[in-house]
Amino acid sequence: MSSLEEPLGMDKLPSLSTVDLFHRFSSNGCSTSGVERCWVEGNTSTSSNDDKADFEYVQGVFAWRHHARDTPQNGNHAAYRNQCDSRHLASRQHNSYCNDVGLQNITNMIFKGIPKYVKIVEVGARDGLQNEKNMVPTSVKIELIQRLVSTGLSVVEATAFVSPKWVPQLADAREVIEALKNMDTTRLPVLVPNLKGLEAAVAAGAKEIAIFASASESFSKSNINCTIEESFSRYRAVVNAATKLNIRVRGYVSCVIGCPVEGMIFPSKVAHVAKELYDMGCSEISLGDTIGIGTPGTVISMLGAVMSVVPVEKLAVHFHDTYGQSLPNILVSLQMGISIVDSSIAGLGGCPYAKGASGNVATEDVVYMLHGLGIQTNVDLGKLLQTG
Amino acid sequence: MSSLEEPLGLDKLPSLSTIDLSRRFSSNRCSTSGEDSGLGYCWIEGKTCGSLNSYKEDFKEYRREAFIWRHHKRENTHNESENRYPSKHTTNHQQNLYCNDTGPRDITNKIFKGMPSHVRIVEVGPRDGLQNEKNMVPTSVKIELIHRLVSSGLSVVEATSFVSPKWVPQLADAKDVVEAVKNIDGARLPVLTPNLKGFEAAVAAGAKEIAVFASASESFSKANINCTIEESLARYRDIINSSKKLDIPVRGYVSCVVGCPVEGAISPSKVAYVAKQLHEMGCMEISLGDTIGIGTPGTVIPMLEAVMEVVPVEKLAVHFHDTYGQSLPNILVSLQMGISVVDSSVAGLGGCPYAKGASGNVATEDVVYMLHGLGIKTNVDLRKVLQTGDFICKYLGRPSGSKVAVAYKM
Repeated sequence: MSSLEEPLGMDKLPSLSTVDLFHRFSSNGCSTSGVERCWVEGNTSTSSNDDKADFEYVQGVFAWRHHARDTPQNGNHAAYRNQCDSRHLASRQHNSYCNDVGLQNITNMIFKGIPKYVKIVEVGARDGLQNEKNMVPTSVKIELIQRLVSTGLSVVEATAFVSPKWVPQLADAREVIEALKNMDTTRLPVLVPNLKGLEAAVAAGAKEIAIFASASESFSKSNINCTIEESFSRYRAVVNAATKLNIRVRGYVSCVIGCPVEGMIFPSKVAHVAKELYDMGCSEISLGDTIGIGTPGTVISMLGAVMSVVPVEKLAVHFHDTYGQSLPNILVSLQMGISIVDSSIAGLGGCPYAKGASGNVATEDVVYMLHGLGIQTNVDLGKLLQTG
Repeated sequence: MSSLEEPLGLDKLPSLSTIDLSRRFSSNRCSTSGEDSGLGYCWIEGKTCGSLNSYKEDFKEYRREAFIWRHHKRENTHNESENRYPSKHTTNHQQNLYCNDTGPRDITNKIFKGMPSHVRIVEVGPRDGLQNEKNMVPTSVKIELIHRLVSSGLSVVEATSFVSPKWVPQLADAKDVVEAVKNIDGARLPVLTPNLKGFEAAVAAGAKEIAVFASASESFSKANINCTIEESLARYRDIINSSKKLDIPVRGYVSCVVGCPVEGAISPSKVAYVAKQLHEMGCMEISLGDTIGIGTPGTVIPMLEAVMEVVPVEKLAVHFHDTYGQSLPNILVSLQMGISVVDSSVAGLGGCPYAKGASGNVATEDVVYMLHGLGIKTNVDLRKVLQTGDFICKYLGRPSGSKVAVAYKM
């Protein structure tokens, strides 16, 4: 008779700290002693072992991932980005465990359309820090950005050129940008609310900017003190000026699902705002569920509307985890063909609306999911965790 | 020129407590008072209020187009009996005025197709959630927790476990709990029984449904229940033979379905083997547990594929842990695979004993929030679950593990 009569949980198992667990499951931890399948990267050690069936499992399960891995993973980010001609994961070619064609169809359907490569736009240094009550020294911000860049992140939102009266935390925007301006391989967009902010950003050496409109009239008035249409006029001037200087502009749309004042926001409204930003010259539009209430059901409706007026490769998603829905929302966005995801290191940037509620989705959790799906990000999760 | 030059976040908005937010977005708030200045769209239930406003045309179109699939589902009227769901799956989008391009419409059809229209939640909080609590929870609190969970609409609530108090002192009061709750109407209250002795004690106390627990990992089986997988299966065959004679249904759990902390990757074929054995010996449902929470949609799908080849999908449940934050996306792809039974724990009770501070069970509130947002029926009243979570967390003296609960708190 068993002495342990109950599933007792893992406190009875050989003690493995989470760091050990992580190493066990990370690509860097791949030992060559067995089929140490690496959960995180989805890579496999090249050494096979006696257990052929297991190895077949790896091959069979991740056949589609092997297709995706035709393009090199490491090295020059710019070159890699341009090589993604075939954007999407190949359909499952075979699966030795699945003879059932119906099942194969289902899984093909789930995977088909998911991009092979996802660009993460890291917003921790700006969106994450801006509401911190205690002042973060400039040197710490600079080091944070440098560390984020060294993890492989190709876009790191660095700061915002706004009135220090409103966002004292980012009063050192100029110093931050000046310290980083020789970082050539990484894009470091900065938020600018108006022409004045653009001029300050350009003077400091910024090479990319971001502007911020809303799909909710109430939120627009409260947040930037003007109507949506007024904000468009303002931003057209900013985009025109930026374009003349060859400065790329990223457009944000907030409240794409709901607004704390208005409630539900129509997908058609979101599509209208996204289209305006795109038509005026934004190279990328980030759709933000500002209060985090979206679920896959509402996200899909919203994306469907926006994708009918803006090409999907120009769209990014920016979900908040306030209701724990950010990862499933990201997942359906990927299934819709979205290939750019905003996230924040360590989930920095709580929801100022509800004490203790979470805000931005954590980059680590996003990367973990993407790598588990075999999607490439160029991001080193181990370094990311250390940065967090 | 604007005086607010930066997206400042919601603290600059008119103050709206989260309770107001919840009311605003909850189905019960749909007013018919006509002072509706908005649309009264109910996030949680996915319903819409009858009252319209000046956005009449937009609203009609939006509702029709965005949720056409949900309207089709709702044609299948909701029955009390969970066995009668003539059309299990959501229908495809018929049309979408926002998607003139066939691309997005096709894609959304694909994403929704195959998802069940109704999901049964198996609530494991009172057993899986409480069993590792260090401080003893009084029997009366456990009983009240179960009552509250049942009254929120949860139709299956795992009540306790008949194990040696030496190993799980928290559940030493199993007999008292079952005797107190066995006559609750409208819910099934399975209890875990690791062996014949536990089974007999459960029956004597009045349990009407039991659960057994095997592993897909040999190492975990040996460490956890001190026997090999085959030995455990032999043990459970004995239990099921006895339970059949008494007409007591048995639920089977499979642990470590994606990975094991000792062995690493667990091959889907192994999981399928164990699931098949449990199914063939007579378990009416098999719950597949990602015990250490490392699964992602990429590993969950091959595992489910393998299991679904040998066990009918309607007999399967998924039991994900949120240790790496992956439980909701894992549940989502499971739904896309056709799974319609999901285990979860109120307030995310049941931390990961493996890593201090790490989360464990996925929170029922967060699951229900997602399901309702998808238009999937659960029969669960989210607000009552939130109140129940609040009740038990207050007692345990710590914050809820549910993000929805934290967001709703003032």
